[in-house]
Amino acid sequence: MDYAERLENVAVIGAAGKMGSGIVLLLAMEMADVGLKPGNGSRHRVLHAVDVSHQALGGLVKYLRKQVQRAAEKRIVALRTIYADRADLVDNGDIVRQYVNDVLDVVRPTTTLEVAAEANIIFEAAPEDLGLKLKLFARTATDNPAGPWVFTNTSSIPIQEIDEKARLGGRVMGFHFYNPPAVQKLVELIRSRTTTDEVAAFAEALCKNLRKIVVPSADRAGFIGNGHFMRDLLHAVEEAARLRAGMPFVEAVYCVNRVSQDFLVRPMGIFQLVDYVGLDVCQCILAVMNPRLPGENLHSPLIDRLLEQGVRGGQNHDGSQKDGFLQYQQGKPSGIYDPDATRYVAFTEFQAACDARLGPLPEPGLPWKVAVRDPARETLLAQFFGALRSMDTAGAELARRYGARSRDIGLKLVSDEVARNAHDVNQVLLTGFFHAYGPINEFFA
Amino acid sequence: MNKLRRNVYMTAGYNTVSMGTGRKEFHPKKSRPGLEDYIREAGRGVLQQVGGAGNIDEGVIGNFMAARFNSQGNLAALIPAIDEGLQWKPCTRVEGACCSGALALTAGIKSVLAETADVVLAIGVEVQNTVKAIYGADILATAGWSRERKAGHAYFFPGKFSDRAGAYYEKYGRDRTRKAMARWYRNAIENARLCPTAQEYHNTSADLDAVALAEPDPRSFVDHLNVFDCSKVSDGASAIAIASADGLKRAGIPTSAAVEIVGIGQVEADLTCPPSDPTRLETTRRAVQCALESAGITVDRLATVETHDCFTIAGILAVEAIGLADPGKGPDFVLDGQTARAGHVPFNTTGGLIGWGHPTGATGVHQAVTIWEQLTGRADRNQIEIPTDRPYALSVNMGGDDKTLVALVYRRG
Repeated sequence: MDYAERLENVAVIGAAGKMGSGIVLLLAMEMADVGLKPGNGSRHRVLHAVDVSHQALGGLVKYLRKQVQRAAEKRIVALRTIYADRADLVDNGDIVRQYVNDVLDVVRPTTTLEVAAEANIIFEAAPEDLGLKLKLFARTATDNPAGPWVFTNTSSIPIQEIDEKARLGGRVMGFHFYNPPAVQKLVELIRSRTTTDEVAAFAEALCKNLRKIVVPSADRAGFIGNGHFMRDLLHAVEEAARLRAGMPFVEAVYCVNRVSQDFLVRPMGIFQLVDYVGLDVCQCILAVMNPRLPGENLHSPLIDRLLEQGVRGGQNHDGSQKDGFLQYQQGKPSGIYDPDATRYVAFTEFQAACDARLGPLPEPGLPWKVAVRDPARETLLAQFFGALRSMDTAGAELARRYGARSRDIGLKLVSDEVARNAHDVNQVLLTGFFHAYGPINEFFA
Repeated sequence: MNKLRRNVYMTAGYNTVSMGTGRKEFHPKKSRPGLEDYIREAGRGVLQQVGGAGNIDEGVIGNFMAARFNSQGNLAALIPAIDEGLQWKPCTRVEGACCSGALALTAGIKSVLAETADVVLAIGVEVQNTVKAIYGADILATAGWSRERKAGHAYFFPGKFSDRAGAYYEKYGRDRTRKAMARWYRNAIENARLCPTAQEYHNTSADLDAVALAEPDPRSFVDHLNVFDCSKVSDGASAIAIASADGLKRAGIPTSAAVEIVGIGQVEADLTCPPSDPTRLETTRRAVQCALESAGITVDRLATVETHDCFTIAGILAVEAIGLADPGKGPDFVLDGQTARAGHVPFNTTGGLIGWGHPTGATGVHQAVTIWEQLTGRADRNQIEIPTDRPYALSVNMGGDDKTLVALVYRRG
């Protein structure tokens, strides 16, 4: 079965979720593109989009229609060539409509999990819960004589363990998209000891056609991305606890969040990132990593406590941010949650005092947005962090500690052989987390 | 064209803002003025200067594709919406793609020459930001032959002029031509920055040459042009009064506040035929020649030119078609600074299509308004010096790929 044949019958489990919907979008377009290549038109292509609710699947179709149209508009120059033989398609508008139809024709939204058992390939994008994933595989892939290949979007569970527990016989591989999959360039590919060469070669080829940047990760819980993110997050929690000795909880969280964004030139503060990912998701990932990586105590009682109080983060159906560590008004942070008082405290009550305590940013300032767009980014960063090194303020001190810890985490991923080298670690943070620089750098050496 | 048998003047010009990307107040997702709002603003701008609607005998409106951009036909009937004093007056809508504006001018001129009107209100309008650029490209492509659309580029007209640019690069050299195109862009933006109604009025790019020299990307656009080589998508209207001497008198406007139309060249080429030489604008050349001949002047009497630079390469080809430079020498003429505002023959002194904007049906009228402003000393910060021994100006408005052409020669009244 070659690449095109393999893509004739595909299933995505968890298709209407945050990750699943993006994966469906990318695969449906790739399948339609393969079908539009000369000679491939006669073959039927099906993408089963499996999820638990019709309502969510309805939302998926709407999302797909909008995104495919946008993609078609962007690719109009190429699409006119692809549809050159269709005399009935003359205007750009005709061609965009046809492409949207061709892509949506591939997708079969369904709540019947078992249809995935017919697929050549199953992409699994269910919540980060090994028990759940195994149940899903048991009804679709385990002991399936047709031998479907399984690509799991797990961001933390070792693939070898999935393979063994689901009895997949090497037909499984980690295919970790970043959120949102249609936008983020990075894919972490994770081969287990038993993953077959054929499966791995297909994954590479698919990534190439999706124009993704591939970083291979060793099959160690958390891989590279969460290997860094979770430890980074726990450092932030520890720093907040340390600051707590001299200030209220909300102020400590504010200070660490602000330093990890503005002083470290990152796209968002660490607690905002946790909210974006979802506190529940972070808890699941830590629960996967902690027992599998003994001796590190990868666990946060604070996150457990907030979740007990119903503070979850994540996004609403319309993509807007839910409250988590931080409260949001029109997408912008406006307050911090106080678990003792079980309420949010508005920035206005403490922001000015905290900013004064942290001290000024290094001069000249360097907002993340500027840093990522400027071709002279390296020079600007060196200048900014050079100034930061010589500053004797609480903010600069926190930032130095934070940058140094982030660097240590990166180096440990290399020495533990999770990543092949420093470049891979940096690549994951640059392309998966949109950082302006990699954690393994000279700024915090 | 025979020599005009009656003096024809233009006066009381008015431009709305050319709205679109680049203007600070433009937001693609917010509601904006519609077709009738632009027509009303421009029309009233003229009426105020000519003593009201009672002094208007007739209305002409030039527009390309409101039927598709705005789902609106029968535009002549929007002229009475400008002012109730225009109700029941004869009105006509004309269309000739991007030359629709100048066709409104020639239609008005002919009414004055025929002595059926002494004051004609000529309006040009287009509101194009109603659709995304890729769908706008479909609509604008109707200025070409429909049978060529299927094989044409997604961005049909950029594709046509990219082909012309490619042919020109091959014949005369790429580097110098690209540099001249970049200079053309710089001149356009620098002029637009002085004109509050220009679409590029708010442009603050520090290094315009560098911006304009970005390499074309055929994967997302066309082979030989980048987006800075192209005029933008614009909403806007322009209007002007076309009058006989009696008409001016009736409106209380001295001839010194008007420009006289002394030469007309209106030329049509076969839409179904490709250009015989893509490095030349043959129809433009013929139209300009007609206009100059009917004015009885040679090109060296021109103080300023408004030309149809829908693309930077079209500007350079027009310099040659007008006869200011030999074939292949247009880039030198531009790079020597001759077309800049301090040059020998300043071109497009309020920014032209690249800088002021290109509300397609309005462009021809906008050109006339700019020339009226320049020749009567009303151009404010855009004012250039008009030498006494060269009191003439030329406008060149083009529809399609060098198909529908109107060239007019003006002199201060």
